[in-house]
Amino acid sequence: MKRLRLALLALGGAGLAALLVAACLDLPGFGGRSHPYGTRAVHASLTRRAANTIASVNFDQRAYDTLGEMSILFAAVLGCVVLLRQARDEHRAQPQPAEVARPVRRYALIVLPVALVTGLYVIAHGQLSPGGGFQGGVVAATALHLLYLGADYRALERIRPLAVYETSDALAVSSYLVLGLAGVLAGTAFLANTLLPYGTFNTLSSGGTVPLLNAAIGIEVASAVVVLLANFLDQAVEIEEEHGS
Amino acid sequence: MDDAVIVVALLLMAGSATAAVVQRDPARQALVLSVLGSVLAVLFTVLQAPDVGLSQLAVGSALTPLLIMLSVRKVRRRGRPEDGGAK
Repeated sequence: MKRLRLALLALGGAGLAALLVAACLDLPGFGGRSHPYGTRAVHASLTRRAANTIASVNFDQRAYDTLGEMSILFAAVLGCVVLLRQARDEHRAQPQPAEVARPVRRYALIVLPVALVTGLYVIAHGQLSPGGGFQGGVVAATALHLLYLGADYRALERIRPLAVYETSDALAVSSYLVLGLAGVLAGTAFLANTLLPYGTFNTLSSGGTVPLLNAAIGIEVASAVVVLLANFLDQAVEIEEEHGS
Repeated sequence: MDDAVIVVALLLMAGSATAAVVQRDPARQALVLSVLGSVLAVLFTVLQAPDVGLSQLAVGSALTPLLIMLSVRKVRRRGRPEDGGAK
Protein backbone atom coordinates (compact mmCIF):
# COMPACT_ATOMS: atom_id res chain seq x y z
CA MET A 1 0.00 0.00 0.00
CA LYS A 2 2.80 2.35 0.97
CA ARG A 3 4.73 1.49 -2.17
CA LEU A 4 1.64 2.16 -4.30
CA ARG A 5 1.22 5.57 -2.69
CA LEU A 6 4.88 6.43 -3.25
CA ALA A 7 4.62 5.35 -6.88
CA LEU A 8 1.51 7.51 -7.33
CA LEU A 9 3.31 10.47 -5.73
CA ALA A 10 6.37 9.95 -7.95
CA LEU A 11 4.16 9.74 -11.05
CA GLY A 12 2.29 12.92 -10.15
CA GLY A 13 5.49 14.76 -9.24
CA ALA A 14 7.20 13.74 -12.46
CA GLY A 15 4.17 14.85 -14.50
CA LEU A 16 4.02 18.21 -12.72
CA ALA A 17 7.77 18.73 -13.16
CA ALA A 18 7.57 17.91 -16.87
CA LEU A 19 4.65 20.33 -17.40
CA LEU A 20 6.39 23.10 -15.42
CA VAL A 21 9.62 22.72 -17.41
CA ALA A 22 7.66 22.72 -20.68
CA ALA A 23 5.78 25.87 -19.59
CA CYS A 24 8.97 27.65 -18.49
CA LEU A 25 10.67 26.91 -21.82
CA ASP A 26 7.80 28.71 -23.58
CA LEU A 27 7.89 31.82 -21.36
CA PRO A 28 8.85 35.15 -22.93
CA GLY A 29 12.31 36.41 -21.87
CA PHE A 30 12.76 38.03 -18.43
CA GLY A 31 12.19 41.81 -18.46
CA GLY A 32 11.14 42.04 -22.12
CA ARG A 33 9.42 45.06 -23.65
CA SER A 34 6.34 43.31 -25.02
CA HIS A 35 3.41 43.03 -22.56
CA PRO A 36 0.23 42.35 -24.55
CA TYR A 37 -2.07 42.08 -21.52
CA GLY A 38 -0.42 44.97 -19.69
CA THR A 39 -0.83 47.31 -22.66
CA ARG A 40 -4.52 46.46 -23.02
CA ALA A 41 -5.21 46.77 -19.28
CA VAL A 42 -3.49 50.19 -19.10
CA HIS A 43 -5.44 51.36 -22.14
CA ALA A 44 -8.76 50.23 -20.63
CA SER A 45 -8.00 51.87 -17.28
CA LEU A 46 -7.02 55.14 -18.96
CA THR A 47 -10.31 55.28 -20.87
CA ARG A 48 -12.10 54.96 -17.49
CA ARG A 49 -9.74 57.59 -15.98
CA ALA A 50 -8.48 55.33 -13.20
CA ALA A 51 -4.86 56.22 -12.37
CA ASN A 52 -3.96 52.88 -10.73
CA THR A 53 -4.32 50.20 -13.40
CA ILE A 54 -4.30 47.43 -10.77
CA ALA A 55 -7.35 48.98 -9.08
CA SER A 56 -9.01 49.27 -12.48
CA VAL A 57 -8.35 45.58 -13.16
CA ASN A 58 -9.58 44.57 -9.68
CA PHE A 59 -12.72 46.70 -9.47
CA ASP A 60 -13.68 47.30 -13.09
CA GLN A 61 -12.30 44.86 -15.66
CA ARG A 62 -12.29 41.90 -13.24
CA ALA A 63 -14.75 43.14 -10.61
CA TYR A 64 -16.49 39.76 -10.78
CA ASP A 65 -13.27 38.00 -9.66
CA THR A 66 -13.01 40.38 -6.73
CA LEU A 67 -16.58 39.47 -5.77
CA GLY A 68 -15.42 35.84 -5.59
CA GLU A 69 -12.39 36.70 -3.47
CA MET A 70 -14.52 38.79 -1.15
CA SER A 71 -16.97 35.89 -0.73
CA ILE A 72 -14.06 33.53 0.06
CA LEU A 73 -12.83 35.85 2.82
CA PHE A 74 -16.36 36.28 4.16
CA ALA A 75 -16.98 32.52 4.19
CA ALA A 76 -13.59 31.83 5.78
CA VAL A 77 -14.20 34.32 8.59
CA LEU A 78 -17.71 32.94 9.09
CA GLY A 79 -16.24 29.45 9.38
CA CYS A 80 -13.70 30.65 11.96
CA VAL A 81 -16.42 32.35 14.00
CA VAL A 82 -18.43 29.11 14.06
CA LEU A 83 -15.41 26.92 14.87
CA LEU A 84 -13.91 29.17 17.54
CA ARG A 85 -17.14 30.03 19.38
CA GLN A 86 -17.33 29.33 23.09
CA ALA A 87 -18.32 25.67 23.46
CA ARG A 88 -20.54 24.27 26.22
CA ASP A 89 -17.62 22.86 28.24
CA GLU A 90 -15.68 26.12 28.18
CA HIS A 91 -15.94 29.26 30.25
CA ARG A 92 -14.60 32.78 29.98
CA ALA A 93 -11.97 33.90 32.48
CA GLN A 94 -11.33 37.61 32.78
CA PRO A 95 -7.67 38.08 31.75
CA GLN A 96 -5.51 39.76 34.39
CA PRO A 97 -3.98 43.11 33.40
CA ALA A 98 -0.30 42.47 32.71
CA GLU A 99 2.69 44.72 33.22
CA VAL A 100 3.78 46.27 29.91
CA ALA A 101 7.38 47.38 29.48
CA ARG A 102 7.49 51.16 29.24
CA PRO A 103 9.24 51.40 25.81
CA VAL A 104 6.79 48.86 24.33
CA ARG A 105 3.84 50.88 25.63
CA ARG A 106 5.23 54.19 24.36
CA TYR A 107 6.15 52.79 20.94
CA ALA A 108 2.81 50.99 20.47
CA LEU A 109 0.74 54.03 21.45
CA ILE A 110 2.74 56.34 19.15
CA VAL A 111 2.61 53.96 16.18
CA LEU A 112 -1.10 53.08 16.58
CA PRO A 113 -2.60 56.34 15.19
CA VAL A 114 0.08 56.53 12.47
CA ALA A 115 -0.64 52.97 11.33
CA LEU A 116 -4.39 53.51 11.47
CA VAL A 117 -4.22 56.67 9.34
CA THR A 118 -1.83 54.92 6.92
CA GLY A 119 -4.36 52.10 6.52
CA LEU A 120 -7.24 54.51 5.88
CA TYR A 121 -5.05 56.49 3.44
CA VAL A 122 -4.17 53.34 1.52
CA ILE A 123 -7.89 52.43 1.29
CA ALA A 124 -8.95 55.92 0.19
CA HIS A 125 -6.22 56.23 -2.47
CA GLY A 126 -6.64 52.73 -3.88
CA GLN A 127 -7.68 54.01 -7.30
CA LEU A 128 -4.72 56.45 -7.47
CA SER A 129 -1.65 54.80 -5.97
CA PRO A 130 -0.50 51.25 -5.13
CA GLY A 131 -2.68 49.67 -2.48
CA GLY A 132 -6.43 49.63 -2.13
CA GLY A 133 -9.21 48.21 -0.03
CA PHE A 134 -7.59 44.89 0.75
CA GLN A 135 -4.13 46.16 1.72
CA GLY A 136 -5.40 49.19 3.62
CA GLY A 137 -8.08 47.14 5.37
CA VAL A 138 -5.54 44.69 6.76
CA VAL A 139 -3.23 47.54 7.87
CA ALA A 140 -6.05 49.45 9.61
CA ALA A 141 -7.36 46.32 11.33
CA THR A 142 -3.96 45.15 12.58
CA ALA A 143 -3.16 48.71 13.72
CA LEU A 144 -6.03 48.56 16.23
CA HIS A 145 -4.40 45.53 17.84
CA LEU A 146 -1.34 47.58 18.81
CA LEU A 147 -3.55 48.60 21.74
CA TYR A 148 -3.31 45.00 22.96
CA LEU A 149 0.49 45.30 22.92
CA GLY A 150 0.56 48.81 24.42
CA ALA A 151 -2.17 48.40 27.05
CA ASP A 152 -4.07 45.17 27.66
CA TYR A 153 -6.87 43.03 26.31
CA ARG A 154 -9.65 44.87 28.11
CA ALA A 155 -8.60 48.18 26.56
CA LEU A 156 -8.74 46.54 23.13
CA GLU A 157 -12.18 45.07 23.84
CA ARG A 158 -13.47 48.49 24.82
CA ILE A 159 -12.62 50.09 21.44
CA ARG A 160 -13.74 47.01 19.55
CA PRO A 161 -17.46 46.33 19.94
CA LEU A 162 -17.50 43.07 18.02
CA ALA A 163 -21.16 43.26 16.95
CA VAL A 164 -20.46 46.53 15.11
CA TYR A 165 -17.63 44.94 13.10
CA GLU A 166 -19.64 41.80 12.35
CA THR A 167 -22.50 43.95 11.07
CA SER A 168 -20.30 46.23 8.99
CA ASP A 169 -18.60 43.17 7.46
CA ALA A 170 -21.97 41.86 6.26
CA LEU A 171 -23.14 45.32 5.18
CA ALA A 172 -19.97 45.90 3.12
CA VAL A 173 -20.41 42.56 1.34
CA SER A 174 -24.03 43.44 0.59
CA SER A 175 -23.12 46.92 -0.65
CA TYR A 176 -20.66 45.39 -3.16
CA LEU A 177 -23.50 43.20 -4.46
CA VAL A 178 -25.94 46.14 -4.52
CA LEU A 179 -23.43 48.24 -6.51
CA GLY A 180 -23.18 45.36 -8.96
CA LEU A 181 -26.94 44.98 -9.23
CA ALA A 182 -27.31 48.74 -9.74
CA GLY A 183 -25.55 48.22 -13.07
CA VAL A 184 -28.17 45.60 -14.03
CA LEU A 185 -31.02 47.94 -13.04
CA ALA A 186 -29.44 50.76 -15.05
CA GLY A 187 -29.67 48.54 -18.11
CA THR A 188 -26.07 47.42 -18.65
CA ALA A 189 -24.53 44.43 -16.87
CA PHE A 190 -23.66 43.14 -13.40
CA LEU A 191 -20.75 45.18 -11.98
CA ALA A 192 -20.33 47.09 -15.26
CA ASN A 193 -18.61 50.43 -14.66
CA THR A 194 -21.03 52.58 -16.66
CA LEU A 195 -23.13 53.91 -13.83
CA LEU A 196 -21.24 56.98 -12.64
CA PRO A 197 -19.36 59.72 -14.49
CA TYR A 198 -15.65 58.87 -14.80
CA GLY A 199 -14.57 62.23 -13.36
CA THR A 200 -11.18 63.91 -13.68
CA PHE A 201 -8.08 61.73 -14.06
CA ASN A 202 -6.00 61.30 -10.86
CA THR A 203 -8.52 62.71 -8.36
CA LEU A 204 -10.14 60.86 -5.46
CA SER A 205 -13.51 60.61 -7.21
CA SER A 206 -12.19 59.46 -10.60
CA GLY A 207 -12.86 56.06 -12.14
CA GLY A 208 -16.65 55.69 -11.90
CA THR A 209 -17.64 52.90 -9.49
CA VAL A 210 -14.00 51.92 -8.78
CA PRO A 211 -13.62 54.08 -5.61
CA LEU A 212 -16.98 52.87 -4.25
CA LEU A 213 -16.22 49.18 -4.78
CA ASN A 214 -12.74 49.79 -3.38
CA ALA A 215 -14.21 51.38 -0.24
CA ALA A 216 -16.67 48.48 0.17
CA ILE A 217 -13.76 46.01 0.01
CA GLY A 218 -11.79 48.15 2.47
CA ILE A 219 -14.59 48.08 5.06
CA GLU A 220 -15.22 44.38 4.45
CA VAL A 221 -11.55 43.38 4.87
CA ALA A 222 -10.94 45.62 7.89
CA SER A 223 -14.04 44.27 9.69
CA ALA A 224 -13.30 40.69 8.67
CA VAL A 225 -9.73 40.85 9.99
CA VAL A 226 -10.89 42.45 13.26
CA VAL A 227 -13.53 39.71 13.74
CA LEU A 228 -11.03 36.98 12.83
CA LEU A 229 -8.35 38.25 15.23
CA ALA A 230 -10.97 38.80 17.94
CA ASN A 231 -12.00 35.15 17.78
CA PHE A 232 -8.38 33.95 17.87
CA LEU A 233 -7.57 36.34 20.74
CA ASP A 234 -10.62 35.21 22.71
CA GLN A 235 -9.45 31.62 22.39
CA ALA A 236 -5.87 32.48 23.31
CA VAL A 237 -6.63 34.84 26.20
CA GLU A 238 -10.12 34.40 27.61
CA ILE A 239 -11.79 31.09 26.85
CA GLU A 240 -10.71 28.20 29.08
CA GLU A 241 -11.79 24.59 29.25
CA GLU A 242 -13.62 23.45 32.37
CA HIS A 243 -11.12 21.65 34.58
CA GLY A 244 -13.41 18.78 35.49
CA SER A 245 -13.98 17.55 31.96
CA MET B 1 22.01 47.31 -11.45
CA ASP B 2 18.34 46.23 -11.41
CA ASP B 3 19.35 42.63 -11.97
CA ALA B 4 21.76 42.77 -9.02
CA VAL B 5 18.96 43.96 -6.71
CA ILE B 6 16.66 41.20 -7.98
CA VAL B 7 19.35 38.56 -7.44
CA VAL B 8 19.99 39.79 -3.88
CA ALA B 9 16.23 39.75 -3.13
CA LEU B 10 15.92 36.23 -4.56
CA LEU B 11 18.90 34.99 -2.50
CA LEU B 12 17.47 36.53 0.70
CA MET B 13 14.16 34.88 -0.16
CA ALA B 14 15.78 31.45 -0.57
CA GLY B 15 17.73 31.94 2.67
CA SER B 16 14.76 32.94 4.81
CA ALA B 17 12.54 30.24 3.26
CA THR B 18 15.14 27.60 4.13
CA ALA B 19 15.42 29.04 7.65
CA ALA B 20 11.62 28.78 8.04
CA VAL B 21 11.71 25.10 7.06
CA VAL B 22 14.74 24.24 9.20
CA GLN B 23 13.32 25.90 12.33
CA ARG B 24 11.13 23.36 14.15
CA ASP B 25 9.62 25.38 17.00
CA PRO B 26 6.28 26.84 15.77
CA ALA B 27 6.59 30.08 17.77
CA ARG B 28 10.03 30.84 16.29
CA GLN B 29 8.83 29.64 12.91
CA ALA B 30 6.18 32.38 13.03
CA LEU B 31 8.90 35.00 13.52
CA VAL B 32 10.97 33.59 10.63
CA LEU B 33 7.79 33.56 8.55
CA SER B 34 7.38 37.25 9.29
CA VAL B 35 10.91 37.96 8.02
CA LEU B 36 10.15 35.79 4.98
CA GLY B 37 7.01 37.86 4.36
CA SER B 38 8.95 41.12 4.45
CA VAL B 39 11.64 39.77 2.09
CA LEU B 40 8.92 38.55 -0.29
CA ALA B 41 7.33 42.04 -0.17
CA VAL B 42 10.73 43.54 -1.10
CA LEU B 43 11.05 41.06 -3.98
CA PHE B 44 7.58 41.97 -5.31
CA THR B 45 8.40 45.69 -5.09
CA VAL B 46 11.73 45.18 -6.87
CA LEU B 47 9.84 43.32 -9.62
CA GLN B 48 7.56 46.38 -9.98
CA ALA B 49 4.47 44.91 -8.33
CA PRO B 50 3.97 47.29 -5.37
CA ASP B 51 0.28 46.37 -4.99
CA VAL B 52 1.08 42.71 -4.39
CA GLY B 53 4.03 43.79 -2.24
CA LEU B 54 1.72 45.77 0.04
CA SER B 55 -0.70 42.83 0.41
CA GLN B 56 2.21 40.55 1.17
CA LEU B 57 3.60 42.99 3.75
CA ALA B 58 0.24 43.29 5.51
CA VAL B 59 -0.78 39.62 5.39
CA GLY B 60 2.49 37.71 5.24
CA SER B 61 4.56 39.64 7.75
CA ALA B 62 1.88 40.75 10.23
CA LEU B 63 -1.38 38.80 10.08
CA THR B 64 -0.27 35.20 9.44
CA PRO B 65 2.52 35.14 12.09
CA LEU B 66 0.10 36.73 14.58
CA LEU B 67 -2.54 34.04 13.95
CA ILE B 68 0.11 31.31 14.29
CA MET B 69 1.40 32.80 17.57
CA LEU B 70 -2.14 32.99 18.97
CA SER B 71 -2.83 29.36 17.97
CA VAL B 72 0.45 28.21 19.57
CA ARG B 73 -0.43 30.05 22.76
CA LYS B 74 -3.86 28.42 22.88
CA VAL B 75 -2.45 24.94 22.34
CA ARG B 76 0.23 25.41 25.02
CA ARG B 77 -2.29 26.82 27.49
CA ARG B 78 -4.53 23.82 26.98
CA GLY B 79 -1.64 21.41 27.58
CA ARG B 80 -0.64 23.02 30.89
CA PRO B 81 -3.29 22.00 33.48
CA GLU B 82 -3.30 18.31 32.48
CA ASP B 83 0.41 17.43 32.35
CA GLY B 84 2.76 20.03 33.77
CA GLY B 85 6.03 20.13 31.81
CA ALA B 86 5.00 18.79 28.40
CA LYS B 87 4.53 21.31 25.64
